[in-house]
Amino acid sequence: MNVIDSGNVAAATAVKLAKADVIAAYPITPQTPLTEKLSQMIDEGEMDAEYVAVESEHSALAVCIGAASAGVRAFTATSANGLLYMSEQVHWAAGARLPLVMCVVNRGVGAPWTVWNDHQDSISQRDAGWIQIYVKDHQEIMDTTIKAFRLAEEVSIPVMVCYDGYYLSHTYMPYDVPEQEKVDQFLPPYHYKHTLTPEAPENLNSVTMPDTRKDIRGDAAPCYMDIRYNLHDEMIQSIEKFEAIDSAFQEIFERGGNPVVTPYRMDDAEHVVVAMGTLANQFKVVIDRIREESGIKVGVLAINLYRPFPIDYIIKALEGRKGVVVYEKALSYGNQGALFGDVKSALYPCEKRPVIQNHIIGLGGREIKTDTLYETLIASCRKADENSGITDTPNWVGLQTVEPTAAER
Amino acid sequence: MGQDLFAIMTSNAEGGEGDAGNTGSWRVERPVINMALCTPAKKQKASCHLCWLYCPDGVISKDLEPEIIMEYCKGCGICAEECPTNAIEMVAESEFVEE
Ligand code: SF4
Ligand code: SF4
Repeated sequence: MNVIDSGNVAAATAVKLAKADVIAAYPITPQTPLTEKLSQMIDEGEMDAEYVAVESEHSALAVCIGAASAGVRAFTATSANGLLYMSEQVHWAAGARLPLVMCVVNRGVGAPWTVWNDHQDSISQRDAGWIQIYVKDHQEIMDTTIKAFRLAEEVSIPVMVCYDGYYLSHTYMPYDVPEQEKVDQFLPPYHYKHTLTPEAPENLNSVTMPDTRKDIRGDAAPCYMDIRYNLHDEMIQSIEKFEAIDSAFQEIFERGGNPVVTPYRMDDAEHVVVAMGTLANQFKVVIDRIREESGIKVGVLAINLYRPFPIDYIIKALEGRKGVVVYEKALSYGNQGALFGDVKSALYPCEKRPVIQNHIIGLGGREIKTDTLYETLIASCRKADENSGITDTPNWVGLQTVEPTAAER
Repeated sequence: MGQDLFAIMTSNAEGGEGDAGNTGSWRVERPVINMALCTPAKKQKASCHLCWLYCPDGVISKDLEPEIIMEYCKGCGICAEECPTNAIEMVAESEFVEE
């Protein structure tokens, strides 16, 4: 069924279709309408789930951790400082290998306060051990959230579905709402192998020692470092799983493809823009114009799956190009763009390494004008062509009251 | 769904005494049960056993005279807190050190 509605409603509808049993969330802008919609659907009997009202984001995720451990499908959502307030539980959920799904409606992090969009919130959690997927439109919010439950449950790793605050959360766009029957066919009932029952009590995530120790039967129990290696190893295996899940989704719903990275006009591209979320979509318009007006052969690579980081995909897409320009709405302060650093390290072993540049853009909702993207991208392509004036420091696009210093040196 | 191939390593284990190592060495106070006040001991009938239920280390037995395994009791004092007849007293470990 085709509808026109907001991204937050798309997410809430996906969670309903996925038949989540427990929702625990604390309202925070711009996520609020998502949790409001869920609580409304539960209240009106449209959705059969328990909505647990909590006093904080930390508790919200703690409730989901308890629910998932006790054998039901659980969901939460948050933004910005809310995500950081639950950070301790974010790490816990991953280490505990709980198949939770969380929507992060991306917003800049205070201080100073901002309610507007950038990616700093979820990027700051990239090392927590969650799978992170960045989506680009309303249909992707819907479909990816449904896929996320299956992925999380197949690999026992929690999944964040990240989408841009306001750009997606509050704007209205047409999208297809899948039929319940088909979703049921795609997403089997919740099953978690360490489900806690009164019949088989377990100690969950009990203390480990630096070395292997004996369990109560005298058998060797895994120790911390080995358990953490296993999480890392299985995260990397999740890339293949995500591909397989997307194929299964395509068979039933007849849409999808390219779940890990999405190429646009890449076939003959000499230069490639790398970006995540709505920014990658905005670039499609920009490069169409650049190709038409200046003849520069440029394409876009959207990174959808950011963790685990799809190194092989990046190499395949970017090796041998003249230039790569990473635009991003977050950074590792005192260093450079997080995505920039990741892309560079992925390309390090390549024989034919492209020239690679970094732009930081749109922090705290600073408007990202198509003209600005057009101008900065053309300038970057020229620099790469001439291989001059390339710096390893990120260029801050559109500063209004200070001059960019280090970047210009 | 192939889930068995994932999460092959966790620290989820069958509970029981000693699952967290020799936690008895953590103890600074020791629970001592006064059987004259303990309901099942007094009535010689299975009842109460709240200490057994609440002990986070599962080291209290469900006997008519509940016994505590000191090798693993970490001295948290939850049993003493929960005992409805105040039969359990937390006594400083130094009291048990021989001169
Ligand atoms: S809780 Fe107190 S009264 Fe009850 S069994 Fe334990 S020691 Fe005895
Ligand atoms: S103090 Fe009591 S509750 Fe705590 S570990 Fe020892 S026996 Fe168990």
